[in-house]
Amino acid sequence: MNARTLNPESNFIEREPYYEAVGSEISIFEAAYANRLPVLLKGPTGCGKTRFMEYMAWRLKRPLITVSCHDDLTASDLVGRYLVKGGETVWMDGPLARAVRAGAICYLDEIVEARKDTMVVIHPLADDRRALPMEKLGVIIEANADFCLAISYNPGYQSVLKDLKQSTRQRFVALEFDYPSASLEAKIVAAESGVDAALAERLVKFAQMTRNLKGSGLEEGASTRLLIHAGKLIAKGVPPVTACQCAIAQAITDDAEMLAAVQELSSSLF
Amino acid sequence: MVQHPPLTAEAIETFLEQTLEAEFSFLRLDELIAAIHPLPRAQQDYLLDWVKRISTTNIEIAYQFAGRAVPLLDQLDQRVLETWALTAMDTYDRTGLRDALLVIRNVEQFVHTSEIRTSGTVFEDISGILFTFIRGLSGRKLKLEQADAPFTDSETLYLPTVIAWMETVEDNFRLAKAMVAFQWAQTRYGSFRVNLHDALADYPDQAHALNCFFALETLRLDACLARELPGLYRDMLALRQALGQTALPAGWDSFAHELASPDAGVSDTLSCLQSAYPHPAPTPVCYQGELRPDAVASTLAARLEREKMLLRVKLAELVDDLHPPRQGEEEKKPPVFSLKEPEEGNTPNIDQFEITLNDMPVVPPEDVRQLITSIKLDLGDIPPEYLTPAGDGEYDPKLYQDEERDPDAVWQGTYHEEGAHLYPEWDCGRKHYRKNWCVLREKDVRPGEPGYVAEVLARYGGLVKHLRKTFEAMRDENRVEKRQVQGDEVDIDALVEALADARDGSEMSDRLFTRMHRSERNIAVMFMVDMSGSTKGWINDAEREALVLLAEALEVLGDRYAIYGFSGITRKRCEIFRVKSFDEPYTPAVKARIAGIAPQEYTRMGVAIRHLSKLLIEVEARTKLLITLSDGKPDDYFDVYRGQYGIEDTRQALIEARRAGIHPFCITIDREAKAYLPHMYGAANYIEIDDVKKLPLKAADIYRKLTT
Repeated sequence: MNARTLNPESNFIEREPYYEAVGSEISIFEAAYANRLPVLLKGPTGCGKTRFMEYMAWRLKRPLITVSCHDDLTASDLVGRYLVKGGETVWMDGPLARAVRAGAICYLDEIVEARKDTMVVIHPLADDRRALPMEKLGVIIEANADFCLAISYNPGYQSVLKDLKQSTRQRFVALEFDYPSASLEAKIVAAESGVDAALAERLVKFAQMTRNLKGSGLEEGASTRLLIHAGKLIAKGVPPVTACQCAIAQAITDDAEMLAAVQELSSSLF
Repeated sequence: MVQHPPLTAEAIETFLEQTLEAEFSFLRLDELIAAIHPLPRAQQDYLLDWVKRISTTNIEIAYQFAGRAVPLLDQLDQRVLETWALTAMDTYDRTGLRDALLVIRNVEQFVHTSEIRTSGTVFEDISGILFTFIRGLSGRKLKLEQADAPFTDSETLYLPTVIAWMETVEDNFRLAKAMVAFQWAQTRYGSFRVNLHDALADYPDQAHALNCFFALETLRLDACLARELPGLYRDMLALRQALGQTALPAGWDSFAHELASPDAGVSDTLSCLQSAYPHPAPTPVCYQGELRPDAVASTLAARLEREKMLLRVKLAELVDDLHPPRQGEEEKKPPVFSLKEPEEGNTPNIDQFEITLNDMPVVPPEDVRQLITSIKLDLGDIPPEYLTPAGDGEYDPKLYQDEERDPDAVWQGTYHEEGAHLYPEWDCGRKHYRKNWCVLREKDVRPGEPGYVAEVLARYGGLVKHLRKTFEAMRDENRVEKRQVQGDEVDIDALVEALADARDGSEMSDRLFTRMHRSERNIAVMFMVDMSGSTKGWINDAEREALVLLAEALEVLGDRYAIYGFSGITRKRCEIFRVKSFDEPYTPAVKARIAGIAPQEYTRMGVAIRHLSKLLIEVEARTKLLITLSDGKPDDYFDVYRGQYGIEDTRQALIEARRAGIHPFCITIDREAKAYLPHMYGAANYIEIDDVKKLPLKAADIYRKLTT
């Protein structure tokens, strides 16, 4: 089967994504959306921010345009640029402009990774103007009423270089995400990976052990996403200790001593 | 290879007389010379080299070593012999001559332990992994240290220096892991929630009762571990099997069954004890270690008291944070905290709970969370009086916080350097490090005149303007470079021209792209300022002025920088003076501290470099610079540090820094710098300023050249 190719505007999420609400994030997002307020998702990696966006796009029946920000992302990567076709210049909208026109949800993932100058282009979109100035075209696009802007950011990287500016952050409704409680997390791991409840509980216990190590040598504990990866490997017949080593320990650290210690933890648990 | 003839007796005698200072030490050398003389030349050289190395530490140790080492040369591996000598010297550093000579005399025992060490697992090798391992398990943040036997006082887990019960290194490691896990289980599953002294008081044979109690408690904890860490429990069973410790004595199976229930607590163990007491106690299992009720009782008593007050103080702080008291406000109703366990199934985690303040949920800070966890471990619950925030002035939190400070850094031994940093020092005579040799503290500089910086800036007005301009030009900003061969955007202007050229029939340019030019300066620089007594006067003035101008330039440039001064007297009082840390902005307080830089005592450079490198390593930057402003050689108060030793140690510290990716550079005003600085910093990494008055003018310029 060939891979499907989709226009970003028609990226409607058809099937309900699996999402377990932790608090009142769904109703807050809906209220923000109804009031045309942009949303900022904070939280550690792999705790379900992107999944939450997919779920909300499905719920609100809007296409979801996700841009993963990286340190080479320029303003024109978002807004658009001229291309040359047959000796003529042709304007090509970037993902943000397309979302603004089509009334989609534009989700800028890991916004702090983007270049500082990129961040200011979203400012007029993120306040009551709700407009995108297209400098190179010399026009301003007013956002479609259905358009929604959401950004995500992980405050865990305590680097001065990767902090969100006040002028940016003070435009958003902020939702804080964290790893779900143990029982809920076990439920999620079981549902997503197909392992049984007892094993999912063990995996969550293992994750908590690694989270205990945050600050004593680990930058970040194992995320829910990694647990699901490990769970999927186990469901395919990989022994639990090996699965934890490949899917979790190696993913969170390169330090040999830390790896050995994490290995001891997993071999104690399973 | 050239075979050198063996040394003559006379040559050996001369060498030993010099090395062992026979003239003053009155050591008898005849026997020693007679013993060394017949050895082959290689062994002679080897032995005499080590005698010399040891003699730089202590002559008596060197003499004793030489005497005992001769017959061992053929029997022992050189590595073992060297470890023996180094252990003796470390012991001398730590506890003095007497103990060091004991190490030398007890060579048989030393050899025996080192044999064990080859198959055993040595604490130093495994403590890193096991420490992380126990930190990963839930509960109190435990420490790990070595002691004569495995036991815990409920705050620190102790392991013996060498564990060699099993045959292979792997199995011995498994045993060590089982030991710490078992000790952890004692703290985690409430073994210490009874007062053993009272509980066992009625039994006539206290020692037997304690043994029985511990055996029963082991059965209970085994069951806990089997539930919580089944993988580990499998290992524990395998270890017992290998040592033949699986069978329980008659009558004990029923106790095991009773205590295996998930609800069993330490009180159930006590009630079992009544029926178990008449029976002989089973042999202790390999990972069980010892139970030392006295050690536990004293730690526990101190901790309960401390944590209760700390928690109450912290809760009071929390109340202040959440509801800052306002002026003129009527007395509010007293804050009421309560604790809620999560309504979850079978085994709730000890560290999962919710706190409410006046029925509103609050997110406790990490330290409060840990305190509550620790108290819950001790008492099983949090008594209501623990949740009453401390009133004003009721307790002095400082008193209790100090005790909380991590005593890991405190070196246990003859010195009591609470909270200080300990650094090794390179002993060039010994060709080895002296462990924990320097004791270093960070101090604050007493602020000087607040107007000083403005005054300096006014005096150097023209130069400052010039500096700002030069450094502004160095500042990198993103800029679009047009007409590039490659790039991320089409350069429309260039394209239009090129198309026109193509129509025209002339050659098309291939420079059709724009590219964003980014060369971020990603530099962190540490200024290490000599605050020794010799800088008094002109030099100190010049240093301060240089710092003012540098700070001005760096503020324009945006490089991250820190300024620390160093001085001290003897190895036990090395001092680092904070002027500006990396995170701190260039505030009036920093300016006042620059003004306050004043000459202190001596220049023990190695330890200062080691400490500041450590700070610099923690900063994330592509280029890291350590720039020393100095006026002379390393030196210390009546100490070998003056001279070769100090230079070699400083050189070693700089090599360590370089290995960690730091570029050291030295700006000096010592005219004799050429004699030693190239050896320490390398030929190209220092600059000598012949006139003190030029230092402020030149420092910024040097920095500019260094970083472009």
